[in-house]
Amino acid sequence: MHSQIFQDYPPKDKSSLIPLLQDVQSIYGYLPEDALQEIADFVALPLSRVYGVATFYNQFRLIPLGENVIKVCRGTACHVKNSSNILYAIESTLNIKAGETSRDKKFSIEVVNCIGACSIAPVITVNDEYFGRLTVKEIPAILKKFTNSPKPKPVEATAVKSTS
Amino acid sequence: MKDFLDKCCSECWHTPDKPCELFVRCCSEGPLCHHDKACQDKFDNLNKRLKYHEHDVPIIFIGMGTCGLAAGAQKVEEAIINELKKCNISAHIEITGCVGYCAKEVIVDIKLPGQDRISYCEITPKIVPKFIQRTLVEKGIFKEKLLGTYGKPSEDLDSINNDPFFKHQLKIVLENCGVINPDSIDTYLAYGGFKGFDKVIRLLLPQEVIKTITDSGLKGRGGAGFLTGKKWELANKMKTDQKYLICNADEGDPGAFMDRSVLESDPFRVVEGMLIAAYAIGASKGYIYCRAEYPLAIKRLENTIKQCKEYGLLGNNILNSDFCFELKVKKGAGAFVCGEETALIASIEGKRGMPRPRPPFPSISGLFGKPTVINNVETFANVAGILIRGSEWFASIGTENSKGTKVFALSGKIKNTGLVEVPMGTTLEDIVFKIGGGIPFNKQFKAVQIGGPSGGCLPDSVIKTQVDYQSLREVGAMMGSGGFVVMDEDTCMVDVAKYFLTFIQTESCGKCVPCREGTKRMLEIIERIPVSYKNTKNKKDQLQRFKGIIHLKRLGDVIRDTSLCGLGQSAPNPVLSGLRYFKDEWETHLYGRECPAGVCKELLTYTIDNSICTGCGVCVRKCAVDAIMGEKNQAHYIIEDKCIKCGMCLESCRFQAINVN
Repeated sequence: MHSQIFQDYPPKDKSSLIPLLQDVQSIYGYLPEDALQEIADFVALPLSRVYGVATFYNQFRLIPLGENVIKVCRGTACHVKNSSNILYAIESTLNIKAGETSRDKKFSIEVVNCIGACSIAPVITVNDEYFGRLTVKEIPAILKKFTNSPKPKPVEATAVKSTS
Repeated sequence: MKDFLDKCCSECWHTPDKPCELFVRCCSEGPLCHHDKACQDKFDNLNKRLKYHEHDVPIIFIGMGTCGLAAGAQKVEEAIINELKKCNISAHIEITGCVGYCAKEVIVDIKLPGQDRISYCEITPKIVPKFIQRTLVEKGIFKEKLLGTYGKPSEDLDSINNDPFFKHQLKIVLENCGVINPDSIDTYLAYGGFKGFDKVIRLLLPQEVIKTITDSGLKGRGGAGFLTGKKWELANKMKTDQKYLICNADEGDPGAFMDRSVLESDPFRVVEGMLIAAYAIGASKGYIYCRAEYPLAIKRLENTIKQCKEYGLLGNNILNSDFCFELKVKKGAGAFVCGEETALIASIEGKRGMPRPRPPFPSISGLFGKPTVINNVETFANVAGILIRGSEWFASIGTENSKGTKVFALSGKIKNTGLVEVPMGTTLEDIVFKIGGGIPFNKQFKAVQIGGPSGGCLPDSVIKTQVDYQSLREVGAMMGSGGFVVMDEDTCMVDVAKYFLTFIQTESCGKCVPCREGTKRMLEIIERIPVSYKNTKNKKDQLQRFKGIIHLKRLGDVIRDTSLCGLGQSAPNPVLSGLRYFKDEWETHLYGRECPAGVCKELLTYTIDNSICTGCGVCVRKCAVDAIMGEKNQAHYIIEDKCIKCGMCLESCRFQAINVN
């Protein structure tokens, strides 16, 4: 599935390591181990070095994400506007901690440093949709919108049950 | 002629493969290689159309930067399209970037044929029908949401520049932001774009360009404030086969969004600045290192590069001058330390983004060991203007040591959040109260955090400080990249110090000991302060709590003096400035175990006012630890021993029955 991404890059070019990792992650949502090995072979670096880079940057993940990714901004502006309460509310509603994925694979919570939308703090994004000037009260409605979204296929009924 | 690449007649021969050196001048001054009235008219008409001067149908401008989109610009656009269809009006919708007034998004401008452009704010899909009816059908002014006109003011129509938010600003970098379409190179050319580069490549030697920039006194806008001309000169003197130019758009400072906004609203200006810099230092390859968190900026940049190539302004033999420059966008992968130049270089090389000791400076040995110049987005955005209007013009703005303007990202507890550009030397007070409109809800101003995790919190007592590199350093902050977070009485300074240290601690790359271990110890000391008696385990803990404070300042000094890179060296700043200006608040936390701002959760007590509580039970359901008890429809109460002070009851109560002290 990811073999075609190598076409855009010259082999053994170490500087294309990060773009390659980004491409693979954009296909799978995370970095599978065998893909890391293939990339290592392609750029002629030991797997340990590739692993070192993949774990250094915040963007890369070695475990798969849930269907809906909630990014909670924890920038300064959001912090002074109580984003910690927003995060807490999301965590307690979904019963998972930041950086985790719910058991039904519906939601993942990620904490990001700053999305750059400080003027409408506090902000979260769910699958690249922005929600600004949030209050804790609005959280359940937003999460519900994505729990009931038609995107997921067969397991919907059980999923709704387990998150509520 | 549809665009500037279209030929006016068979005489024109400009193509990207066989470029004409007069191409940029030709765009604004009509055909230069031959005289033909018809051709001149074609150029004039095209320019008028691109500058939105002449058009048959109304133009609707919608601000679609990230802030606009977050405020719902997409939905407003859909609503407008639907409404236009319904009313059977033909109009042209033009996408623009961000005008800077983020608090008032979504901003929509209307320009009727033959009339001035009028700006409206806070447009929502709900009011779109009324808005369209009033402005396009009745051809009047939608007074409720009026911001101002771009043209001549009249009695009932004030100029947009008279709005307090814009009145005290001086826009150089942000000149075109929110005004032009950021996706169209033709519009940028019609607005006088690439003229600076055109002048440089036809008339000036690299040394002359560097001299102009040095004379203007332009300093790097990324934070440290190194003279841009000096940096270029160092790289220019190096004799080698390959030099690199990098634009640092890895805006990691939480609370700063200037670079994002400039890249989204006027990306061509940055590319023009890079072209001039590349010519001056003799670089043939360039990178824009942009955060992956800014997908829209990356998309617009890629489009910019594509269009520049089509028009022969990037690539080989640019404007028939033998000058070649290739530009690529590199996506950052989310590491704050990569804003440091040597770490950024390591990241482009495909390594872990760790800084290395300087010297050698990147201007001598940088990317792949070659001379490399790295400048910030805002620095590049300043360059073209300086070359067009001259170094004296630029040097006449600002203070003695800091020239030009600076863009700040206003956010936090302030009315007019957004992006502002002010001349150096403006006081903090003017920015907070005149432009920012003060603190909402009549709260008391407490501090302004300037410069992100490298800067400091400045209180009331120094609010008359002028904004320039030197003055800010003297009061214990720094320019940083331009984050400007305002805090009111509800913000706890110990909590802010803790927040920044937590940030630095997680973002420290771990290469040098002072930063890795020192910030960890500092964080431990601060985390011990807002702890209640209940959670202080034994006497030793108690002792450590006081002892830590004694060491905090010394530890900070050591970290500042011995860390490897700028991230570590400036890491203690938020704590040190906090200790300097907010000693009382720290002492109240330490001795009194109280948090006056009501933020530090452990030091708070939650109680329910039983005269207000209706017993609705909402808080009971919200409480994660079952600490709230009570009969239905009777006043409830909180069991203090169980309470974890999460504050969810306070947030969920509809009757304000919960008190915090």
